[in-house]
This record gives sequence, structure tokens and C-alpha cells, in this order.
Amino acid sequence: MTPTQEAVERGTVDLSALDRSWAPPQGLLGWFRQVNHQNIGKRYIVTAFIFFILGGIEALLMRLQLAQPQNRLLNPDLYNQIFTTHGSTMMFLFAVPVMEGMGVYLVPMMVGTRNVAFPRLNAFGYYMYLFGGLFLYAGVFLHIGPDAGWFAYTPLSGPLYDPGKRTDFWAQMITFTEMSALVVAVELIVTIMKMRAPGMSLNRIPMFVWAMFIQSFMVMFAMPAVMACSGMLLFDRSVGTHFFNPAEGGDPMLWQHIFWFFGHPEVYIIFVPALGMISHIVETFSRRPILGYTALVLSQIATGFIGFGLWVHHMFATGLPQLGESFFTAASMMIAIPTGVQIFCWIATIWTGRPTLKIPLLYIAGFIAIFVIGGLSGVMIASVPLDLQVHDTFFIVAHFHYVLIGGAVVPLLGGIYFWFPKMTGRMMNDAVGTLSFWLTFIGFNITFFPMHILGLHGMPRRVYTYLPQTGWGDLNLLATCGAFILAIGFIVFVLNALSASQNGPAAGSNPWGSSNIEWSTPSPPPHYNFANIPVIRGREPMWTDPEPPVVTGLDDSRREVLVTNTLDAEPEHRYILPGPTIWPFLLAVTTTIGFIGTVFQMWWGVWGAALSFIPLVGWFWPRERPRPDLLESGCGSGGIE
Amino acid sequence: MKWFAGAQSVLDPAGPQAGRIHGLFEVFLWVAIIVWVLTVGAMLIAFWKKHGGERHDDTTKRVVTACGVITVAVLLALLVASAVTGSAFATVPSNNVMNIEIRGHQWWWEVHYPDYIPHERVTTANEIHIPVGRPVRFKLTSDDVIHSFWAPNLSGKLDLFPNRVNEAWFEADRPGMWRGQCAEFCGLQHANMAFWVIAEPPDKFNEWIENQRKPGVMPSTPDQAHGQEVFLNGPCVVCHTIRGTNALASVGPDLTHLASRHTIAAGTLALDRGNLAGWVTDAQRIKPGNRMPPVNVPSKDLEPLLAYLESLK
Repeated sequence: MTPTQEAVERGTVDLSALDRSWAPPQGLLGWFRQVNHQNIGKRYIVTAFIFFILGGIEALLMRLQLAQPQNRLLNPDLYNQIFTTHGSTMMFLFAVPVMEGMGVYLVPMMVGTRNVAFPRLNAFGYYMYLFGGLFLYAGVFLHIGPDAGWFAYTPLSGPLYDPGKRTDFWAQMITFTEMSALVVAVELIVTIMKMRAPGMSLNRIPMFVWAMFIQSFMVMFAMPAVMACSGMLLFDRSVGTHFFNPAEGGDPMLWQHIFWFFGHPEVYIIFVPALGMISHIVETFSRRPILGYTALVLSQIATGFIGFGLWVHHMFATGLPQLGESFFTAASMMIAIPTGVQIFCWIATIWTGRPTLKIPLLYIAGFIAIFVIGGLSGVMIASVPLDLQVHDTFFIVAHFHYVLIGGAVVPLLGGIYFWFPKMTGRMMNDAVGTLSFWLTFIGFNITFFPMHILGLHGMPRRVYTYLPQTGWGDLNLLATCGAFILAIGFIVFVLNALSASQNGPAAGSNPWGSSNIEWSTPSPPPHYNFANIPVIRGREPMWTDPEPPVVTGLDDSRREVLVTNTLDAEPEHRYILPGPTIWPFLLAVTTTIGFIGTVFQMWWGVWGAALSFIPLVGWFWPRERPRPDLLESGCGSGGIE
Repeated sequence: MKWFAGAQSVLDPAGPQAGRIHGLFEVFLWVAIIVWVLTVGAMLIAFWKKHGGERHDDTTKRVVTACGVITVAVLLALLVASAVTGSAFATVPSNNVMNIEIRGHQWWWEVHYPDYIPHERVTTANEIHIPVGRPVRFKLTSDDVIHSFWAPNLSGKLDLFPNRVNEAWFEADRPGMWRGQCAEFCGLQHANMAFWVIAEPPDKFNEWIENQRKPGVMPSTPDQAHGQEVFLNGPCVVCHTIRGTNALASVGPDLTHLASRHTIAAGTLALDRGNLAGWVTDAQRIKPGNRMPPVNVPSKDLEPLLAYLESLK
């Protein structure tokens, strides 16, 4: 008998009441009132993949343009818009949101609770992300896509050299998406600190949860920087401030410092969640507990800290004092240490385990082969003299695609393959999965490896064309061919997922034999995640403790969750989470009106804030009266975030 | 103009700086290859070795720790190698230095040789002549947005900022022609903002600079004289300078010795009559977005104008 059946029989859980209180709202209006983390998480992931496809199409257009010298497929204006949009899409609309989506979906389930700490805020964050992305692409399709690069260096992105509204659209898109990222960071931090199942002390937190915890803190420190500088740029462009205008005492270097203070941690914000996924996949398919749990956690924390001390290595060529640059060289090389330690731990886990090379693990093998190249080229460009040669060349393009696709997208695909049965209740097809892995792996290397050589042969980045005499044509053509193989690999993966979600074989609750509690609940999980919140008594509960004691006493007739303390996850009190509501959506709409309006006229900031007052009143309107029995037991009124 | 493979390459150094960086690159490259082979090799063995038997996690942890320590040691060694290379050319040599000032424009390079008598100040564009074996100090600044000065065969890059002067230096240790290109994205024609560095033996260099100090040659044929008239009475004078005439504007490149250069359009086109004609009449078709407007020259005036421009040796 499963613990759920047992609990039902003992009368400690009322499944139909649970179902009623956690049921998502129905109908078209219901779609906008949704606040369950599973749905919001899936929306993030699906939306991010749609932007990934758009970014991929842009990449293919660029590759076609560069396939031969002096190609006239794209004119320079269109090319600049496309490469800017490609970078901005992949960073702001795909990589970060997809990781946030995985976090929003998985973290509550992995820590054994029923929703994120602030469900309405969560919904609000998703709509802000969606509207920000749509706003940017509205510009792109109206031929006013941004054209100053995803890094938008001033003064090129300033009012003098980039008139019109192109960069304003871009800068405001940042405000949207970073707001969304901050919202997710806040709610994940609180969920992880206060809502873990009883017994899940700090040393039993699953690796992916640690990763999202660290990533969320990085988001909290990095994203305000980029929002500040894109806001300053907007002011420069719309109300005539001179933050970055050298003619009036402003300084273009200020932009670079603030932007990269965000920009470098951004890379780790994308990469750290992937590290968490890798640990789970390696553990599951090595069929042994992960080796060096403490070392892995400490390495990720170290990565989180050191990640903030590297930003100047993007600016070695700006002529900063050499002593300062040396410090950043040392820091940039130092960050290879925690990453190295993690890779050693994973290999050692596989070495001492009994590995089965299922497809998620295949992706991890691909990750190691690709990412180590990216890491080593990263050590090269940490060195000032080497960087001065290859900075802003295709060598860098190769490097960061090895790091970002190899380090984040490849593990992400493995992670999706791994958690797909949990999300949908169905298995993806292994034969098709193998095919898509090899297409991706081979296509990736054919695309990006030649770019190292192109960079060393002097090809700068962000060029819409090159002369035939440069001799860069052959390798560019090869890279273009590789890009199409890579694209086919991604398409096969997406098709596999789409078809499996309809017709895949049923997965069962724990198809891979994994160790963590998200695999104890049925696939796909009920809206309340767990009929009974399990008590955690080990780091691999599914392996060592398959029938744990469960939490009783939560009121199933409303959305109650258990709040525990931060260190040892000892129960503290019950807490009532809010249910479906339209206000987050409406607040996102009014905020969007304000944000879009300010691109054209600054007073819209005021109108937008005034308009937002209405949904905020609705949001904070007291909804539930405290129940007398709860007041007596000290559990107070809930329902307010 | 003659091109050769490696005219713009990190891997074919032509000066002491690029040479040392190339040496450092080889060190890093070999370390990278060894580390990658060991890591991926260990991973493959981990997959395919015979598994089972007793597990010795303590031993494994010691091995992992040892790998971590080796990583630290290797990184430290690389850090030292990098710092040594970097400091070797951090300071500009003090004696026998020649100065060149470079001003970046969207999308061409203005080049000054300030070491000569002020009123004979040598100004050229997109072509930098230097004497072999003599260190050259560059003062870099920008007229508009950020550019980056990079001739990979000679040295690493350095950015050009508006309202700031950055200093770089390099030296060529053999005669030759190397291409450089703007490395910081600077707008529509970033891709075609190139220049050539031409290193010559000192006597040839002096010959060149003597010629550059002179004003533009006067027309010697009626055709050229007509061409000069077209130039001075047309829109050309609004942007360009030809020293010795009334054309004194500084928006576009100085054309005083245009015909002594190998390329036009910032290293994009070889200097010949066909390219010159195409550029003068419709520069926008060749480099869309560049600052040179299409010039409507009547066909009877075009040939003389080209003849005059080609006479500006």
C-alpha cells in the first residue's frame, strides 16, 4: 500500500477536498487567473522555447549571410538588427527564463511543498516576461528592431548615433524581463528557505534546489544593475540626461562597467541551474549517491561569488590600468577551479557507480566534451595579452557558444528529457532522442569549432560581410552547414517532445529510479503536488526511505502549506496561499501600459503607476476571514503575501 | 593590391608583441589540449570500464582533491606566464620612438604624423606607414563612437574613445603589409572599416614621408586641370582636404596624396580607376550607410576628375 492510500484510509487526507482547493480555474478567463506553479513553470518553459526558435531563425539568417564573402542576402541595417535581436533573445528571453521556468516548476516539488511562496507574484512575473518579449518582437517586425548589439555600448546606442525608437524598445524590454527574473528570484528564495518539507535540513537540499537558490541570489544582485543602466540610457535618450554622453561630461565607460557588472554574472545565472540538473542526472544514471555533495554545493556558492568579480575581463581592450586588469585575470582564472571540482566530482560519481548510458546521461557526456573546451578557451581569454588579440573576434563567439550552449543548453535538453516524464506523465522516444543528441552534438561542433580558427585568422565579430581576399569564406561556409545540422537536431528534439506529450508511453511515478521526492508523486503530478507532504530523513529519500512518515493536519479544504525553519526545516506554522485571481494579469497589463508609454513620453510612467493602483487594490483586498479555530491554535489569518 | 594568406592573422606575427603573444598562446593551447584529453578520457573510461565490486569513496575523494590541487597549480602557472608576457610590453620604450595619432571615424581611420614641423603636419587615411625596427607609439582617440584599433600581426587591440586618448605601441621586425580592422562594433559599416600597416626599411619610409609632407601635386595636363576645377567647384570640397588648394574640410579623409595609397573606402577597394569611379558616383551601393553621399558628376566631368585624383601621388 502506498503512503497515499494509507493516509486516505486513515482519514488524514481528503483527496477530493485537496483536488477542489488546488484545482486550476477553467475556461479562457481561467487561463489568466492561473497561479499554480506547475502551470506557470510550464508556460515559462514553452514561451522560452518559442523565443529560442525565433533566436535560432535569426542565427540561421546570420549564418546564411556569412556563408560567402560579400553576400547580399541581408543589408547591414538588417544584419545589425538581427544579430542584436539574436543576442538579446537568447540571453533575456530564452536562457534566463527557461531556467527560471525549470525552477518554478521543479523547486516546490523537489522541496516537498504545494506551490511557490508567492503564487500571485509568480503569475505577474510570467506576464511581465511575456509582454516584454512581445514588445521587443513588435519592434523587430515593424523594422525598428534594436541595432546597437545586445550590449548596446554607448555612445553608439545613444541619442546622437541611434535616433528613433530602436534602442528604447530594447532598453525597456530589459526592464520587463529583469523584473520578471527578480520576481522569480524572490519567490524561489523564500520557497527554499521557508517551505521545505520537514526534515529537509540544509545538508539534504537537492542539488538543483541549491543551484536555483544560488542563482536567485545572483539575480537579486545582478539584475538591478542592468535595469539601472538601461533606465539611464532611456533617460539619456528621452529626457536629455548625459550619463553616457562624453560631450557633456558623461562617460561611455560607465555604461560598460554597469552593464558587465550584470553581464558577467548573467552567464552564471544561466549556467548554475544547469549545474544543478547535471548532478541529478549523473546521480540517477550512475545509480549511486552523488560523490562530494558538500564540495559541489560549496563550488556552486563559490561560483556565485566569484562570478561578480570578473566583469572587467570584458573590458581589457578599453585601456584600463594594467594592475587592475591583472586582478581580473586572476579572478577569471580562479572561477575555473570550482567548475573543475564539479566536473571531477561528476566523473568520479560515474567512475564509482554503475552507469547506464540513457539519453539524459548522454547529454551530460556531451556537456563535458563541449563545455571543457569552452572553459579552457575561457582560461585563454582571461589572460590579458591573449584577450587583446582575440577579444571581439569570432574566437569569442566560439568561446561563449561553447560555454552557453555546451554548459547550459545541452544540460537543459538532458534535464528536459529527464523531467519530461514527470511533467507530462509520458516518456520521450529514445531512438529519436539519440538521433537528436548526435545531430545537435555534431552540428554544434561543426558550427562553432571553426569560429575559433576564424577569430585567430583575424575575423572580427558583428561584421555583416567580409572581403573574399581574407580567405575566411571556406570556414564560414562550413560553419553555416553545421548551423543547419544543429538546427535540425533542435527541431528533432522539439518534435520528439511534442509527439511524446501526446502519444508517449506512460511513465509511472519514477521511471528512471531517481532518488529525490519529486519522483514519489504520480506523473504528471496532481495540482497539489503531494497528497501527503513527506518527512525527509536522508539525502536520497527515494532510495533509502521509500515509505517516509508524512505530514498531517494541513487543512485540505483550502490552500494550506507548511512553513518550516531555514536551517533544519522544522515545522513552524501553517500558511494559506492565495488561489486563482485575475489581478496579477491586470497589474501586468497596467504596468505594461506604463512601460511602453514611457518609451514615447516620460509622463506615461506616472499614468502607468496611477493605473496600476487599481489592480493593486484588488490584489491586496482582504479575502478570507480568519477562522476562529485557527486563531486559537495560533495559526492566524493567511492569504496575504 | 597583393594579398596573402595571414595578412590579418594572430598566427603570423610580424613584431615582437604579436610574437610573444603567439608564444603564450601556444603554451595555453597545449595545456588546453592536454587537459581536455585527460578529462574526456577519464569520462570515457568511467563509462566503459568494468563496474561493480567494492566502492572506495575515500580513495576517490582523495583523487578528486588531487585533481583540484593540480588545477590550481596549472592555473597559477598560466597566470604567471600571462603576467610576464603582459608586463614585457606594458611600457612604451623611451628612445627612438615615432609618434602616430589615430582618430577613428564612422567608418574610416584618420592618421597623423605629429613629429614634423607643425605646418607640414602629415595627414593621411586608412594607411599607416611605419619604419621597420623602430617602436611606434599610437595615440588613439575617436571622433564619434567607440572603435578598436587592431592589426593582429603586430599587436593586440586597443579601443578608441571619444574625448579620451589611449596609448598603444608596436614595432614591425620585418618589412611587409598587414591588414587591420575595427574590432569594436561601431554601426552600419563596422565590417568595412579596415586599414593597412605598411612597414618599410627606414630609407623607403623617409622617402614616403618626405612626399607626404608636400602639398598636393598641381595638375600637369589640361584633363587633370579640368578635374581639379570639378573637384574645387563641386561638392567634394565640403568634406575633403587637398593641401595646396582651397579644399580644406576635415569631414572625410584627406586626399592630398590619395593616389599614393593602395586602397580606398577604408581598406575595402583596391585603388584603380574603376573602383574610384564607382566610389565617387555611388559610394552607398558599395558601403551602404557610409557618410559619403552619391555625387552626381556629369559624364564629361567624371573622367577628368578621376584623372586628377589619380595624379595625387
